[in-house]
Amino acid sequence: MASRKLHRKASFNKNHQPNSKTMNLIRYQWPELSNWSPFDRLASFRDEINRLFDTGLPARDTALFSAWSPALDLYDEKDRFLVSLELPGMKKEDISLSFQDGVLTVSGERKHEREGKEGETFRSERYFGKFQRSVSLPAGVDASKVKATYRDGILHVELPKSEEAKPKQIEVSVS
Amino acid sequence: MQSTLTKPEQQTQQQRPAGNGRANFLTPVANIHEDKDGYMLEAEMPGVTKDGLDVTVENGELVIIGRRSAAQPVGQALYRESRGWDFRRAFELDPSIDAAKITAKIEQGVLTLHLPKAEAVKPRKIAVS
Repeated sequence: MASRKLHRKASFNKNHQPNSKTMNLIRYQWPELSNWSPFDRLASFRDEINRLFDTGLPARDTALFSAWSPALDLYDEKDRFLVSLELPGMKKEDISLSFQDGVLTVSGERKHEREGKEGETFRSERYFGKFQRSVSLPAGVDASKVKATYRDGILHVELPKSEEAKPKQIEVSVS
Repeated sequence: MQSTLTKPEQQTQQQRPAGNGRANFLTPVANIHEDKDGYMLEAEMPGVTKDGLDVTVENGELVIIGRRSAAQPVGQALYRESRGWDFRRAFELDPSIDAAKITAKIEQGVLTLHLPKAEAVKPRKIAVS
């Protein structure tokens, strides 16, 4: 605890942090790796492992130097599939979708926009550039009825199942 | 050069999941840009609307909390990468920031904060007579 306090105090004054300039060169840094004491790092590592068991999937953002890979969810509802992607801060026009051979592909580009170029950016964790994600749907989809909406930074894609793929109730007749 | 100016160094206060009974929070990724008039902070919080947003300044600390409003789909999750957790991140504020003039907006899951510097600390050109 004491060491964390010290860290915090040091960050108050730029002069006491000779390395602060070099830190700025790193485009993305997992925030937890920067200014915690070793014990906190261990704790966060443990949390990461716990999370792994919680979700059954490795946390996507632990890959430090990967390109932008927006989080994708796939849900199976009775008569449709729902795919959602976290794409904060995009323009609708910059997102494109295609559906072919049972595979939905979403791609796009997030452009960096800033009105005035003057000044200094000293924390830059957001990713700008291109991305592409594909997901294979486990059952038939009526391609003509696929619908997408972009709301609050999340792209929602509705893919109605084809008639053959819908679950059917089969009556058992007793004779 | 900027000997007395401090920058709002980020301090992550991600709450610890499971075990201590506290809620889980995700740390939103953020960009901070400074120019002579102030700072601009952008934080990515997909799924958060204006209503779920909570921005507070207390004791020189800026805390942003974003709660996701969208109802989770009712179907069965076949594949899931997103974590449905709320967002929280704290920043230390540069004392030169005029806290009363901070403005915030959220658009397509990106929170943009403008943190203007107080008039007294802005660079001023002094005419030589």
